[in-house]
Amino acid sequence: MMRSMRPASAEDPEVSPGLDGAWNVLRRGLAESPELRSGMLYTIALAVVSTIGSLALPVLIQQVLDRGLGGNQEPRLGFVLWVCALTAVVTGAIYFAGRAAFARLTTSSERALRTLRVRVFAHIHSLSIAEQTEQKRGVYVARVTADVDTLSHFLEWSGVSWITGSVLIVGTFALMAVYSWQLMLIVLVSIAPLALILRLLQVNLLSSYDLVRTRVGQTLSEISESVMGADVVRAYGLDERIDRRLKGAIDRQYRAQMRAMKFQAMVFPSGNFFGAVAMGAVVLVGVLFGPSWGLSSGRLVAFMFLVNLLTFPLAEMAENFDQTQTAIAGWRKVLAVLDIPRGLEEPSPGVILPEGELSIEARGVEFSYTGGLPVLRGIDLDVAAGAHVAIVGETGCGKTTFAKLLSRLADPTSGQILVGGVDLTEVAPEARRRAIRMVPQDGFLFDGTIRANVAYGRSGAGRADLADVEAAFRELGLEDWLEWLPQGIDTRVGQRGEDLSAGEAQMVALARAQIAEPSILILDEATSAVDPETERALSEALRRLSEGRTTVTIAHRLSTAEAADWVFVFDQGRLVEQGCHADLLSLGGRYTDLYESWLGNTQLHA
Amino acid sequence: MRAEVRKNEEQRSVFGRGIRIIVSYVRMHPLPFTISLVGGVLYSAATVASTIILGRVTDEIIYPAFRSGVNTRTLWGGVAALVCVVAVRAGAIVLRRYFAGMTSYRMQASLRTRVIERYRDLPLAFHRSRPAGELLAHAEADVQAATDVLNPVPFSVTVIFLVLFAVISLILTDPLLASVGLVILPLLGLLNRFYGRTVEPAATAAQQAIGEVSAIAHESIDGALVVKTLGREDSEVSRFDQRAAVLEQERVRMGRLRAAFEPAFETVPNLGIIALLAMGAWRLSTGAVTVGTLVQLVSLFQLLAFPMRMIGFVLALIPRAVVGRERLQGIFVEPSSMSTPEQGADLPSGPVGVSLRSVAFSYGEHRVLNDLSFEVAADESVALVGPTGAGKSTLAELLVRLADPDKGTILLGGIDLRQIAPGHLRQSAAVVFQRSFMFATSVKDNIALDSGASEEEVVDAARRAQADDFIRVLPQGYDTVVGERGVTLSGGQRQRIALARALARKPRLLILDDATSAVDPTVEAAILNRLRAELNTTLIVIAYRVSAIALADRVLFLEGGRIQASGKHGELMSFAPYEAMVRAYELGAGASRVRAGR
Repeated sequence: MMRSMRPASAEDPEVSPGLDGAWNVLRRGLAESPELRSGMLYTIALAVVSTIGSLALPVLIQQVLDRGLGGNQEPRLGFVLWVCALTAVVTGAIYFAGRAAFARLTTSSERALRTLRVRVFAHIHSLSIAEQTEQKRGVYVARVTADVDTLSHFLEWSGVSWITGSVLIVGTFALMAVYSWQLMLIVLVSIAPLALILRLLQVNLLSSYDLVRTRVGQTLSEISESVMGADVVRAYGLDERIDRRLKGAIDRQYRAQMRAMKFQAMVFPSGNFFGAVAMGAVVLVGVLFGPSWGLSSGRLVAFMFLVNLLTFPLAEMAENFDQTQTAIAGWRKVLAVLDIPRGLEEPSPGVILPEGELSIEARGVEFSYTGGLPVLRGIDLDVAAGAHVAIVGETGCGKTTFAKLLSRLADPTSGQILVGGVDLTEVAPEARRRAIRMVPQDGFLFDGTIRANVAYGRSGAGRADLADVEAAFRELGLEDWLEWLPQGIDTRVGQRGEDLSAGEAQMVALARAQIAEPSILILDEATSAVDPETERALSEALRRLSEGRTTVTIAHRLSTAEAADWVFVFDQGRLVEQGCHADLLSLGGRYTDLYESWLGNTQLHA
Repeated sequence: MRAEVRKNEEQRSVFGRGIRIIVSYVRMHPLPFTISLVGGVLYSAATVASTIILGRVTDEIIYPAFRSGVNTRTLWGGVAALVCVVAVRAGAIVLRRYFAGMTSYRMQASLRTRVIERYRDLPLAFHRSRPAGELLAHAEADVQAATDVLNPVPFSVTVIFLVLFAVISLILTDPLLASVGLVILPLLGLLNRFYGRTVEPAATAAQQAIGEVSAIAHESIDGALVVKTLGREDSEVSRFDQRAAVLEQERVRMGRLRAAFEPAFETVPNLGIIALLAMGAWRLSTGAVTVGTLVQLVSLFQLLAFPMRMIGFVLALIPRAVVGRERLQGIFVEPSSMSTPEQGADLPSGPVGVSLRSVAFSYGEHRVLNDLSFEVAADESVALVGPTGAGKSTLAELLVRLADPDKGTILLGGIDLRQIAPGHLRQSAAVVFQRSFMFATSVKDNIALDSGASEEEVVDAARRAQADDFIRVLPQGYDTVVGERGVTLSGGQRQRIALARALARKPRLLILDDATSAVDPTVEAAILNRLRAELNTTLIVIAYRVSAIALADRVLFLEGGRIQASGKHGELMSFAPYEAMVRAYELGAGASRVRAGR
């Protein structure tokens, strides 16, 4: 949660090939979203038409001045009315073209973004847990939310204004050239420095925005620290330290923002100013040489309006630049998720596992997380059907990872795992889910009722009804607890199950496993402390849950190991000892060390 | 119909509240705001002036030039005037934008400072009752939402001047042609208002849809492991897709509204210009106006279209600002922490005894401590034992005055806690929590933390906390940066650093609230033994392990908010409730605290 609050500063180190450079991202992005391409030409054509329409006004002014009222002839009011009416019709048509273009653009880009969002989301869920480390999850959430939203803004505003802006600029210059190519050159020369200045502002803006982002991140870190450590801050009277650091950070952020503001404030006016310079030059040169170039006064006036027309898109495009870069960066990140290879290929149809208790075998199993060191280094072990075994070892010894491989959340980097004699990678996914059930440490629940969460436990055919859910709690001896809850089985658990205590969430997770009636149960024992009362209820439920099933427990308590039929001791990714509790103790090895540290707790009393 | 009326009133009140908020902001930072306003007025004046000059350049330079020629002085003068007035206008924009930015960023900084000052002053219970994410959101997103509105305010306020100047210049040049403007300007205003009203509910709905999409993404991706074990990937994807579809629908609805209105803001002034040209041609033919007048008015209309939209921008930002500001208000009006004495008393030197007299404390309705009285002698070491929820941690907090009891008094060295100077109290009494927080700084700094402890004192404290050995083998030893972006330490290592932090202050009362639970039991016993033997302090330990409990001079058994028994561990074992609880620790929670090995 905290992590996702932070600006995602860490870029993925591995940018997929083919996503380097803005054009490649754009090309790939369009290829991935066919919704964007369909009818895009028509939409662009509409946008271009409506843009070119803005040139109608200067033309109208010129026509009215030169042909309606111009020269020495009598004013031709009829002609004026006629061209005005015509332009009014054109203006009206332009409105509808613009409206249609905009509506089409929104519709197609929103549809494309939804598809992209959902595709990326689905892809994330299809990744092997080798790609699902804690840090990466926060990043993935950002990909399907904030990053896609940046794209939406780009597709509907900046992206299209690149097209319309350049069309308008080119169109204006073209019309200028028709009126007088000499004056057009004058305009071009007088606004040329603007390109340089905008570029300069641009560079400075980018670096100042970078600084602002960094400073915002730093302020957030400081605030987060003072909030997370509120008890220490108070207990140790650290107010002054926190004040000093926070106010410093806030002040640095303000100064960074003002630095960016300095450049930001100049972008638009500089377009304006050079527009005026061009205007002055046009009047000066037009008046001095116009008559000899065969220019009319109406054309010169129209020319002034054309110059006016030019300044707006120029400044707008300068401001666009920044947004475009952000959007392309976002797009690249989103697309890069799609390039992460799916971890697991499911067999189809795959082998169906036999009913009843199943054995487990591991043969030379090795595993490492993407870009990480090896976690498991050649594990060979056998678990007899119906046995209750425990895996013990220090934090980081690979026991939890091994449990994940047993339920095929990832495949071993090398070696194989056999269940009931069948290679796990060849087992049909449905059969695997029915036969093997893992209960993870934190008993993660989804926002909803207890009943719904337990019912999730039985997937596919034969959905669980109320009676099944109640039976599951009863079978585990948890019906008393259920009754004690305010809304009983229909109590809502809140996001991630946070409305329940850790122990209660575990009870629900156990019932969710019970309802599935798996042949193999993999328990990752919870480390979070619960009160003795709950603890007793939980161990009783666990005992009942594992009855008549092959059970592999990742033990964090040696009392669990003591009760197991067989114990595997892991150390730094290797299986170093195995045997029953008593034999292992007499060995005087790694297990004895672990056990003695546990004894430290009770010896005084015993 | 009635619902419509109600809705209008609601909106008006949001608008009214928005205006009040903006006024309060301006009062806090009047200078940059005023400068920005001056820039805005200057901009308005220069804009209207530039159209007048354009008209005169047409009449006095361009048209004569094509007939009879024009003298060089007039020509240069006209060109210079044109460039100058636009230069002034450009300068005015810079002024307006820069200082508008300054107003809004300063306001951001002020509000953010106020938020963190509130966080500093509010009681710990406030922090406990809210997730950290929410507190961060107040300081970041809410502050931003509350102040973003300030940016376009100076522009939109001075648009009123622009309209005023424009109308005056219209009427002065030709009242008849002015009538076109007098139709177009209110029309644009109405269009703005209508747009704002129509798009607002759509925008709100879209905002909400985004929130829901993001909530599901968070939950589902956080629970990816469970999703996988349950084989629920497909149903998660379809759950997400449903929300994404709602979002798409809302966005498209908003997009269609925008598509209808946005181009209209160009079309309406353009139609005005066409009408102006048609009418102008007739006025021109009668000799009532010149070509220059026409040019002046056309360019005025062109320049009006964009600024008129600014009012709409502000209106659109107001609801967001109101929501953001009112969320902050919720923090600002929270009742403050306890009072502190101006001139506090100092504690006697050496270890201080503790005495509680009829202390009661509740969290809301929930009574935690009830008429609690006990004494701990100076230099004594006491274990505080009791079932979960007995109020042990609350008691630890009361003892160092992180909260005041509802009833009764707590005396430290014979002095009422409330009378002790806060700075002095913090130096003398230290508590170490189970959840040991590391600041994102070096190990050294994490231990010293503004206590003024010297390098030797830091190392000495670490040694006593059995932390020196592992600190020395860290990549940069005592200078290794820990915390969120630094080296990851194990729970036991963090707890030992937190303990060293307390020891570095040489406390005269030390309270360990389950502070060594993640440390290996043998190491824990060694630490506690040393503390008891070597440290000149009163020690109160809250612990679950029998090994730790048994080390204390005396055990206080706390249950139901009262001391139920007191005595040596061995003696208390004959007290049935105590014995039952200790056995439960052994079998259950106590054993679970052994993270095999560490």
